[in-house]
Amino acid sequence: MTIQPVTVDARGLSCPVPVIKTKQALEKFTEGELVVLLDEEVAKENVTRLAGSLGYTVQITEKGGEFILTLRRGRGK
Amino acid sequence: MTSDMLSKTNWKENFPPLVIVSGLLLGAAAAILVKLGNPGNMGFCIACFERDIAGALGLHQAKPVQYLRPEILGIVIGAAIAALTRREFAPRSGSAPVVKFLLGVFMMIGGLVFLGCPIRMVLRLGGGDGNALFGLVGFITGIALGVIFLRKGTTLGRSYKEQYPLSAGVLPLLAVVGVVFLIIRPGIFFASEKGPGSMYAPIWISLTAGIIVGVFGQRSRLCFAGGLRDMMLFRSSHLLIGLIAVLIAVLISNLALGQFNAGFDGQPAAHQDYLWNSLGMMLVGLCAILLGGCPFRQLILASQGNGDSFFAVFGMITGAALAHNFGLAASGKGVPAAGMIAVGVGLLVCVIVGLTAREN
Repeated sequence: MTIQPVTVDARGLSCPVPVIKTKQALEKFTEGELVVLLDEEVAKENVTRLAGSLGYTVQITEKGGEFILTLRRGRGK
Repeated sequence: MTSDMLSKTNWKENFPPLVIVSGLLLGAAAAILVKLGNPGNMGFCIACFERDIAGALGLHQAKPVQYLRPEILGIVIGAAIAALTRREFAPRSGSAPVVKFLLGVFMMIGGLVFLGCPIRMVLRLGGGDGNALFGLVGFITGIALGVIFLRKGTTLGRSYKEQYPLSAGVLPLLAVVGVVFLIIRPGIFFASEKGPGSMYAPIWISLTAGIIVGVFGQRSRLCFAGGLRDMMLFRSSHLLIGLIAVLIAVLISNLALGQFNAGFDGQPAAHQDYLWNSLGMMLVGLCAILLGGCPFRQLILASQGNGDSFFAVFGMITGAALAHNFGLAASGKGVPAAGMIAVGVGLLVCVIVGLTAREN
């Protein structure tokens, strides 16, 4: 059975809300990957910074002004 | 990620160079602007300068505080240029703009009871004004209250990209028009003959300083409320370090320029009502958290096309007009009763917004 990625849709929410939502999702997160949808550069920077500080790797795809961030556990916390 | 890379990331996270440089530039520029003529500890003050602009446009008739401050026009132009070069210049809105207007009104009233925005609070601390310490206590309290709301899920909702691209250009265009008139026909604006509004650095220097601070402010995301907020929420010092950089730069610059004067008595544009210094800034801090940024950050966001922040900025200008037309603003003598009532009402409005604004 494949694990479905958990998605956080934080498009249009101003900071720090995207970071709070990502952090809350990561706290419940056990395995697989977390997908975060964003549409602002500053939110992308902030969520990337949070993920990095918690030891997650981030893969960023840009599509039509929107960002899809895929967070995977890198090193353990 | 190797451990080396991780420690490098942490180092940059703790000491972000762009945020530090932006803070140092702002602090040093503020001290120099005072040396060149701006009022004491008022090299930059978003609240005071928007209030002066409201006066210059005749929206209030408080004669000592009327001047079309080039620093504000410069910040708008600088932030717009920086956003354009980074593809961040785009119109978006829809996150409760009317409420943001109202919060802007109260953020200004809180600022005018304390006598300064968060930037000026830091500048006052760096000039030796002990009264600002009470403002800082209130500011931290307001932010802490806002953080409780954020943790419980308070948000004014999503904003969306607007269809009409030119709407992002309105505020920068207004700033350019302001600069043009300031140069060719300064006489059309109301201008103070005495008082803080009559004290200013040469226009070109004010404008240039504003543009530089606007560029760096946009790029670094410097936010005086965000620094404390992110520390409380995420233990992130990323933005807080900018606030500390401003304090260090203005302190050193003031000492070097002979402008440091420690004490509580006779501080420029300040009063010694400790409780209301504190409660005024508490209101500013709480409004800033609900708005998603301090007065400086709202101005930057508005300059890059954020319509909700545009409403917050014009809420602040309206708040300044109300504060001076109806006797809410403090002066060196203290805080009028009407100002105290307005701060109380503002805090109540913030609590209601904090308790009711939820994403559905």
